[in-house]
Amino acid sequence: MSQTERTELAAGAGRAGPDRLVTGRGVPPLLAAPAAIGFCFLLVPLLALLVRAPWHGLAGLLADPAALTALRLSLECATAATAVSVVLGVPLAWVLARARFPGLAALRALVTVPLVLPPVVGGLALLLAFGRNGILGRYLESWLGVTLPFSTAGVVVAEAFVAMPFLVVTVEGALRSADRELEEAAATLGAGRLLVFARITLPLVAPSLLAGAVLCWARALGEFGATITFAGNNPGTTQTMPLVIYNDLQTDPEPAIALSLVLLLVAAAVLALLRDRWLRTAGTP
Amino acid sequence: MIGQQVTGDIMTGLRMAGEVRRGGFGLALDFSVAPGEVLGVLGPNGAGKTTLLRTLAGLGALSRGRIELAGVDLDDPGRQLFVPAERRPVGLVFQNYRLFPHLSVRDNVAFAARARGAGRRPARRRAEDWLHRLGLAEFADRKPAQLSGGQAQRVALARALAAEPGLLLLDEPLAALDARTRLEVRGELRRHLSAFGGPSLVVTHDPLEAMVLTDRLLVLEDGRVAQQGTPAEVARRPASQYVARLMGLNLYRGARGPDGVVALDGGGVLHSAGGEPAAAGKVLLAVRPSAISLHTEQPRHASPRNVWPGTVTGVELLTDRVRVQVSGTPPALVDITPDAVAELDLAAGSPVWLSAKATEIDCYPDPR
Repeated sequence: MSQTERTELAAGAGRAGPDRLVTGRGVPPLLAAPAAIGFCFLLVPLLALLVRAPWHGLAGLLADPAALTALRLSLECATAATAVSVVLGVPLAWVLARARFPGLAALRALVTVPLVLPPVVGGLALLLAFGRNGILGRYLESWLGVTLPFSTAGVVVAEAFVAMPFLVVTVEGALRSADRELEEAAATLGAGRLLVFARITLPLVAPSLLAGAVLCWARALGEFGATITFAGNNPGTTQTMPLVIYNDLQTDPEPAIALSLVLLLVAAAVLALLRDRWLRTAGTP
Repeated sequence: MIGQQVTGDIMTGLRMAGEVRRGGFGLALDFSVAPGEVLGVLGPNGAGKTTLLRTLAGLGALSRGRIELAGVDLDDPGRQLFVPAERRPVGLVFQNYRLFPHLSVRDNVAFAARARGAGRRPARRRAEDWLHRLGLAEFADRKPAQLSGGQAQRVALARALAAEPGLLLLDEPLAALDARTRLEVRGELRRHLSAFGGPSLVVTHDPLEAMVLTDRLLVLEDGRVAQQGTPAEVARRPASQYVARLMGLNLYRGARGPDGVVALDGGGVLHSAGGEPAAAGKVLLAVRPSAISLHTEQPRHASPRNVWPGTVTGVELLTDRVRVQVSGTPPALVDITPDAVAELDLAAGSPVWLSAKATEIDCYPDPR
């Protein structure tokens, strides 16, 4: 909050408020036209979804047991994937931000691979790792009796794989810019490193952690490619909302549109929640 | 627990003899501070003052040498010994205070006790005692952002003292305060420092702060001790241009011949009848700006034995007098009254004559 205020103050002091903006007021036509088309390109599909939505039967469509099952499964899996991401991702972010050892830069790059990797490839990679004959999966099965692929746990694994980097990157950035001076002050007061992390560092990055977790959750909720590849498409156990939407579309588009509306609503809510936080972190280095 | 240990061995105080090397910068010091003594560390920016505090606090390490506090070694690279900050009984009050913004004033002050495993309630009770002692009881529930500069400074001090350190370090404790608050906090700080039983160090570059707060001064320049002494000694007989400027004195380095005439290193000669008559060889001459007079013509029947020509290069109004910068051999800062400026019709470029009585020039051996 205080940062926003400061930015505003600075803007005021610099006389850069909108009413004082003198240059750059007009947009050159050569930029205006493609900009307008680009905007419409992003907006029209969303409008189409709203226009064609079966508003009358909406309640019925969403109350359908199959839809409700998928909705609940989606929420549960996305939440579980977020929990896994927080538990593993926060320490990972700390190591990436603070530790110093050879190969750290490469490690940091590797962590972000799932951000750009096609999810289907991610799902395939997960199969090769944790599938029944996967390099780890075979031991999971024979030693622990755990089978991940085509199970609800598999959905969580697939979603966490795709979504965790969002959390790691957000938290890492916050840890990197967090005030090391306060950590030093805590050390001079007798706090060991773990205590400094718990009582000083973590509370200071809490807003970023929340932003990262929400982002991670939203990404997990919409996960499709890795999930269908690794966990399959079984109603009740692995068929999350995006999979239902895809399925329904083949036969009866109305429920698909209704479920899509729900996901659109969630996306809007996430944006509203992160408006302050995410846009600001994106805007400042 | 730590308080107990300190009382037992307190007579030994702090002793540091060692070096810190980092990149091109080096800090090499050998000094000790007795229990109850307040050592002021004075020096220009980049002299190594902050490095010194960080090294003592355990936020940095010695490259060579030893730090010992109350009979316990804290850092000894020769023996691979380094006690990290969190296990040193050293309190550090940072220049920018570094209060934890997400904790209340009470929890800031209770932090050290909590870090040592005390329960929330006893830690808070002890914190409240400290807040009370420093007149901060009414701010216990506030967040640091809701404090004024002076209050934040006191909370930072309370937080450091509440850890019951055996050594207290203050990094420019008053630098971040406005002039009025500074006056108020300075007096208070002196009281708290006196009440603190262990050795303490106050880093400063304000001569007044050094005078009021400290028992002894250590002038640090380029990572080395340039001068040591009581604040009064240092102020009266500075050993370096930095201190002389800080104290508002003209300082000249030179060689004193058998006739008592000092040939200045930068050219020119001065007669001195002040200071130690025995001082010979390399000497320093200190002259107060108010002990030098300005004239528009060469003074003829003048009693002062030191008369030399110069050119005004700058005129600056101080509160009650005017400081005139004069180039010449030697150059000088001269304080005169505003009336005299008008009378002499002084401006940058004006040719003038300077005169100073030999008895007004303090002469003492150059410690270098």
